[in-house]
Amino acid sequence: MQVPAPFEYERANNVAEAIALRERLGPEARFIAGGHSLLPMMKLRLANPEYLIDINDCEELFYISEDGGEIRIGAMTRHRELLESELLAEHFPIFRDAEEVIADPVVRNRGTLGGSLCQADPSEDLSAVCTTLDASCVIKSTSGERVVSMHDFHVGPYETAVGDAEMLTEIRIPLKANGGSAYEKVERRAGDWAVVSSGAAVWFDGDTIAEGRVGLAAVGPNTTSIDPVSEALRGATPSEDLYQQVGEIAAANCSPQDDQRGSAAYKTHLAMELTKRALRRAVARANGQEA
Amino acid sequence: MQVDMTVNGQEVSEEIEPRHLLVHFIRDQLGLTGTHWGCDTSNCGTCVVLIDGEPVKSCTTLAAMAGGHDVQTVEGMEVDGELDPVQEGFMQCHGLQCGFCTPGMMLTARALLNNDPNPTEEVIREAISGQICRCTGYSTIVRSIQWAAAHESAVTVGTSNGSAS
Repeated sequence: MQVPAPFEYERANNVAEAIALRERLGPEARFIAGGHSLLPMMKLRLANPEYLIDINDCEELFYISEDGGEIRIGAMTRHRELLESELLAEHFPIFRDAEEVIADPVVRNRGTLGGSLCQADPSEDLSAVCTTLDASCVIKSTSGERVVSMHDFHVGPYETAVGDAEMLTEIRIPLKANGGSAYEKVERRAGDWAVVSSGAAVWFDGDTIAEGRVGLAAVGPNTTSIDPVSEALRGATPSEDLYQQVGEIAAANCSPQDDQRGSAAYKTHLAMELTKRALRRAVARANGQEA
Repeated sequence: MQVDMTVNGQEVSEEIEPRHLLVHFIRDQLGLTGTHWGCDTSNCGTCVVLIDGEPVKSCTTLAAMAGGHDVQTVEGMEVDGELDPVQEGFMQCHGLQCGFCTPGMMLTARALLNNDPNPTEEVIREAISGQICRCTGYSTIVRSIQWAAAHESAVTVGTSNGSAS
């Protein structure tokens, strides 16, 4: 039987209460959202918090809305809502691509966007999605709020910019015209962690790409954007040669390791191939050629 | 700590350790052993119960987190001697062999039909894709759920706690 080590349980009714509890209880306290990453780690004693602060009653953290040229998503928004949201599907189809292959429908009823990002697992899909879309994260504390880019949010494996007395409350994604996005993932079996996945997003100015981004998962300690990819895409015209070139840049800029999911050489190949496919689909979607 | 919740329409109030998982609370503390305990890693889905009408893996939920909520287990599906059409369907279409996955499968089916009374086969297969059956090959489970959908459109069906999600 797998049971977590003993801890004290607290429940927060709103964000102010949650942050106050976190500040009072100190660094040995953790928020619990859906719990589908944290509880398995606690059962394996890989995580041993002294206090859990349940934030499932923080109703102000459940939303997907359009506001001020951005899509804003509350940190407690569950996978299922991300999958089913028509607003997200319209602007960022990459979310639905990714959500369809994250775990399974029952797990998706509980797991949350904020929980996924704060877990900061290098194989985690939504961190790659948010990196691809150049999202930023709103982090609150009793002294106010700060907004950090995904690049600054994801400090390293299982480590984020969220401090001991802070809370991730919202993810903001800028809305830009003439865009398309897509996500490609290879997994050993349905719903597993990625062997490798790649997200791509492009925004057009006429016939040329004004901006393009790629985010990879499961190919190294960090899920960060690849600057040479963005440089290669800026001002380019879409072609199979371009997708090949960008795929090769992505492969050259990742550092996968041999493990039970595959060899480093296989994962490097996947990084190239999946980046090509994601980019091809993102371009097709931006041009209205694919849903 | 004390936890209060509704289980199959009944108020329960129990003293628990915060680390107590919902599956063990239901089985060991409430004695409702219809909820099965399988992989313990949120993969197999035999521990699925409904919380506020939504299927949830109870091996990866704290009992404390279910406090204040409506929980439904397989024991709550039959009401006053009447089987839920989903249970009837599993019987009619041989939706089980060993029966280990059955409680979770039936509760997920119940939640699906509450949301979508006439699901396609594809929708049914997607809905149960978080649960593993090693006997049936899934075909008879799909047929059982289709049987329930076809037979309950004529009657009003509610869960025991009345909480369709």
